[in-house]
Amino acid sequence: MTDLTDLTVAGLRDGFRAGDFTAREAAEAFNTAVAGAKALNAFIVETPEHALAAADAADAARAAGEAPKPLAGVPIGMKDLFATKGVQTTAASHILEGFTPTYESTVSQKLWDAGAGMLGKLNLDQFAMGSSNETSFFGNVISPWRRKDGGNAALTPGGSSGGSASAIAARLCPAATGTDTGGSIRQPAAFVGISGIKPTYGRCSRWGTVAFASSLDQAGPMARDVTDCAIMLEAMSGFDPKDATSLDLPVPAWEAGLSPDMTGKRIGIPKEYRVDGMPAEIEALWQQGIEWMRDAGAEIVEVSLPHTKYALPAYYIVAPAEASSNLARYDGVRFGQRELPEGANLQDMYAATRAAGFGDEVKRRILIGTYVLSAGFYDAYYTQAQKVRTLIAQDFEKAWAVCDLLLTPTAPSAAFALGEKQADPLAMYLNDVFTVPASLAGLPAMSVPGGLDGAGLPLGLQVIGRPLDEQGVLNAGLAIEQRAGFSARAEKWW
Amino acid sequence: MSEYRIHGATGDWEVVIGLEVHAQVTSKAKLFSGAATAFGAEPNTQVSLVDAAMPGMLPVPNRECIRQAVRTGMAIDAAINKWSRFDRKNYFYADLPQGYQISQLYHPLVGEGRIEIALDDKNPDAGTKAIGVERIHVEQDAGKLMHDQHPTRSYVDLNRSGVALMEIVSKPDMRSPAEAGAYVRKLRTILRYVGSCDGNMEEGSMRADVNVSVRKPGDAFGTRTETKNVNSVRFVMQTIEYEAQRQVDVLESGGTIVQETRLFDPDKGVTRSMRSKEDAHDYRYFPDPDLLPLELDDAFLEECRASLPELPDAKRARYEGELGLSPYNAAVLTAEGETARWFEALLDAAGSTVTAKAAANWVISDLFGALNRIGKDIEASPVTPAQGGELLRLIADGTISNTLGKQVFEIMLETGEGAEAIVEARGLKQTSDTGAIEAEIAKVLAANADKVADYRGGKDKLFGFFVGQTMKAMAGKANPGVVNDLLKKALDQ
Repeated sequence: MTDLTDLTVAGLRDGFRAGDFTAREAAEAFNTAVAGAKALNAFIVETPEHALAAADAADAARAAGEAPKPLAGVPIGMKDLFATKGVQTTAASHILEGFTPTYESTVSQKLWDAGAGMLGKLNLDQFAMGSSNETSFFGNVISPWRRKDGGNAALTPGGSSGGSASAIAARLCPAATGTDTGGSIRQPAAFVGISGIKPTYGRCSRWGTVAFASSLDQAGPMARDVTDCAIMLEAMSGFDPKDATSLDLPVPAWEAGLSPDMTGKRIGIPKEYRVDGMPAEIEALWQQGIEWMRDAGAEIVEVSLPHTKYALPAYYIVAPAEASSNLARYDGVRFGQRELPEGANLQDMYAATRAAGFGDEVKRRILIGTYVLSAGFYDAYYTQAQKVRTLIAQDFEKAWAVCDLLLTPTAPSAAFALGEKQADPLAMYLNDVFTVPASLAGLPAMSVPGGLDGAGLPLGLQVIGRPLDEQGVLNAGLAIEQRAGFSARAEKWW
Repeated sequence: MSEYRIHGATGDWEVVIGLEVHAQVTSKAKLFSGAATAFGAEPNTQVSLVDAAMPGMLPVPNRECIRQAVRTGMAIDAAINKWSRFDRKNYFYADLPQGYQISQLYHPLVGEGRIEIALDDKNPDAGTKAIGVERIHVEQDAGKLMHDQHPTRSYVDLNRSGVALMEIVSKPDMRSPAEAGAYVRKLRTILRYVGSCDGNMEEGSMRADVNVSVRKPGDAFGTRTETKNVNSVRFVMQTIEYEAQRQVDVLESGGTIVQETRLFDPDKGVTRSMRSKEDAHDYRYFPDPDLLPLELDDAFLEECRASLPELPDAKRARYEGELGLSPYNAAVLTAEGETARWFEALLDAAGSTVTAKAAANWVISDLFGALNRIGKDIEASPVTPAQGGELLRLIADGTISNTLGKQVFEIMLETGEGAEAIVEARGLKQTSDTGAIEAEIAKVLAANADKVADYRGGKDKLFGFFVGQTMKAMAGKANPGVVNDLLKKALDQ
């Protein structure tokens, strides 16, 4: 029998339905893989019993002749930003250590309702703030990939959904949830050679997901291929009356709608994404991607998104501004950590609790956000950034007049070594340069693996689509996937 | 009304007043969560995950709260903004779980409106004055800290956390404590008519931030102070009196007024500095990214308008015009929606034989007198409008006299019985039986032959004596009109 952990979501689902194996066998295989991969530090909490319970329910339903649920037999990983009832939920921060919600996030509940089981809560950058998974209170996540240069440098899986990326690449789970505020699904997916899609803002409910930047946060799936992303996204999406920004629209049948035929599609190539200092290998992969699109029947058009260079600065004003307010609730009064020094008054308690509870990157962003919202600076920063955001959205609007989808690299580099960029926050922020514009405009965007660089590390291509055109994005991703034939995987060392 | 002036050593000073009234929206649920809003519930029993700001919780606007604020705006002739937005006001406090209050700074729901106040409630001829309303916005209330539960700790009750408030901001249009008092009372009346706030100041459903400055008449506005959370009409007026005098004293002794937040001490009747502008919070307002802009469609606005009751000013004008009531009576009967509702139910029950004037007089003198005596509100009146109507009908058709009416009313109050039943059971029915009355008149005249002679000799005033004697003989049940007629006939023959 094949190793069940090598199966995709579709493979697990279909194999379970066909009776090739039981759901319990699949859950046990992944539980074993998770238990054996501590070196990657991908999980903050392991929940083998949850995966087994869902598997047993699926097996019992099948024995009783019931119609199988969409994800019956499929165990998945849950980014530890989603509140899970009865299971510690930390956002990888000390300030929430030990916090066990009495409620289940909408997205995770939808996945459980679809029959999925949970292998555990996945590590991430603290409060999803980071691009390398080095800001977690629970330690760095290690990528399963290593450079083929003889060195053994531990590499970043990207961030903030680094635990999700690492776990999928290492076959610890077939799919996982991610969240994407400025690229937190797409960049880690690119770094570890998997697929990930951030849907249109509002497709997935934010209810029960620890907030970073409300106007940007969007959940989405990460998985080994495009089909799995479509299956997962269908289960995660849908209107939620508990989220005022949720889209009241039916969920399309994305999996059934998958087609790699790009005939009649116009693919825009934004010239502003050719940035200085971008490695030639990434430039070459982008060119390769253009050829693949052409081969799939698409027409290639050069487009201009003139305000692209302002996206990153605008993002690093808007996101910290919202974060500084969203994180005010972690005050030690009602839940989570509380530091109460001898003789402390209320203000002292706030200061001590937040000083001890938040990591450096979180503090940095709270300070930036507080600063840009302050009286006298608000117009110069926040208002200005919102104007830039509007201009960026307008750039995309204009592009859609001449093209249907955009093709770009996902990140300006391959995965870097842990510690390499930690001392320089600005260099770290530059990682998001290609992913942030779509976040600011709320557009669906996905990363699919395109190939390996000279050091043997994965590189990703990004497809950006019109609002609500997840189908177009997935289809273009599928066209790339079929032509790239990406089958490389990290050699097991853990 | 004479102009209100503070007489200082350097001359007269004018007071300039603006009020920010916080009114709790009448709604079963909070502004952004489904939690209940009952007053007086056990601490922390009216709290949802959203109100406690648990991780990942999101606000969803409550349509009914928005509707009530819109209706309130319409009731003060205000512009309703079809596009408005919620902003976050950021500050840390233990009674504020989110670390911010969701309010509306930049784009409020309701724009400019106006409220007409009577310059003297006792004298309808004194005229009215329009007080401008700058805006009404909706926002969340905070929880409450309890310092009296433990010697060294404070407790937090989040029952009020997230309750919907309307902040009704006046223009600095008031010039005396009396005007400010009239404004708060009139606003309260309107809110209660509309049903958007119960106006209960004791329970904290309505409280005011009082902005006061002073200036020499004709000068530009002076620097103002803001006294927070004043919770009765009397305290609002006291705050203004104290604060205006304090400011005049400061200015006349060469000092300057500091723009600051103050607190009113109701025990001593004074205000005290809470914090100055220098250490004021920087609230870092910005649009709440959890909420989309609030967009109202025409159908919603139409429903809001159609659901408005007749408002106090319109009602008062109708009482004067259509019903022919005196301005004073019209003002008294429309001052509270409950009173007007009771009065109108009374008119319906009484029927066409009872004039509105008679009904108004009866409510204001007899009913109010009785309610005052037994310490009950009109809503809790032991006599219903239907019962009152029955009583007035009996008086109007001559079945009982006014005097008997008062007695019957007393019995109604005590026993709860209907007027007709009382009159029937106790034989109080007034008689117009001319035969019986004539027989008694004959006896009275025979027994008082000397007075009859005096009367006929020109002592007209004795007529009242004969009426009294006859009524006494009839045990009060004779129709006074008939007695008059028959006596006149008997004496003048």
